[in-house]
Amino acid sequence: MWRVDLKTKLLTVFVVLTNVLGNFFLSWGMKHQPADLGLSPLAYLRLIFSPWSLLGTALLILWLLSRMTLLGWADLSYVLPVTSIGYVFTALLGRFFLGEKITPLRWLGTLLIVIGISFVGLTRPDTTAEALP
Amino acid sequence: MNWLMVAIIVGCTALGDLLQSFEMKRHVVTVEDLRPGRLPGMLARLAQRKFLLLAVFLMAISFFAFIKLLSIADLSFAVPVTAASVVIETILARLVLRESVTRWRWAGAIFVAAGVALLAM
Repeated sequence: MWRVDLKTKLLTVFVVLTNVLGNFFLSWGMKHQPADLGLSPLAYLRLIFSPWSLLGTALLILWLLSRMTLLGWADLSYVLPVTSIGYVFTALLGRFFLGEKITPLRWLGTLLIVIGISFVGLTRPDTTAEALP
Repeated sequence: MNWLMVAIIVGCTALGDLLQSFEMKRHVVTVEDLRPGRLPGMLARLAQRKFLLLAVFLMAISFFAFIKLLSIADLSFAVPVTAASVVIETILARLVLRESVTRWRWAGAIFVAAGVALLAM
């Protein structure tokens, strides 16, 4: 019987968190800007270098690197569905912090994702390690 | 134009993920490499892998194509069609990376893709 080792579990959580929070802070930074950016490139630069957007970007860089590492520890066909739980957290953050609405159809989507992830969770994370030279 | 963007997004994402998975399985980063003192060395090692650099480049193209798609199509179109990449990449992972994709994994990938499509509505 296989088991998911602790490092893979922890790194998966880290990948999901950096993705969800990175997107959230980026979106927060974009929404809390002066309404009219106009045509001045300086206004856009100020937006990109605003503290929230920078925090979001830094988190997304961490996401990219940690996801790369996770792909070395687990199958692509395992990582993709399992990290999709991020879509659910993003929807929930949007609901509670950005005032977005979650329709019944969206709740159904959330349910399908959770069911899909629990199916994939039943499988062994890394099936190719033995085959490598 | 819409479908051209979708093709670019899904194609670049799938190829980028395949390359990353292929390279990372061969140059495995260990838990010890994640210590703060060893991170710079690890990053320098990763930056020497041509396929990884190509993967990051492909992800950038995919990102800008997604932004472009959002500017010409609805979000409720853009997110569901790109969610199809979960299923396409699972097929490629089986065929190209020779991962063992069991029935549970197929079912999971299909449920997740359908769920993401619904979330975007």
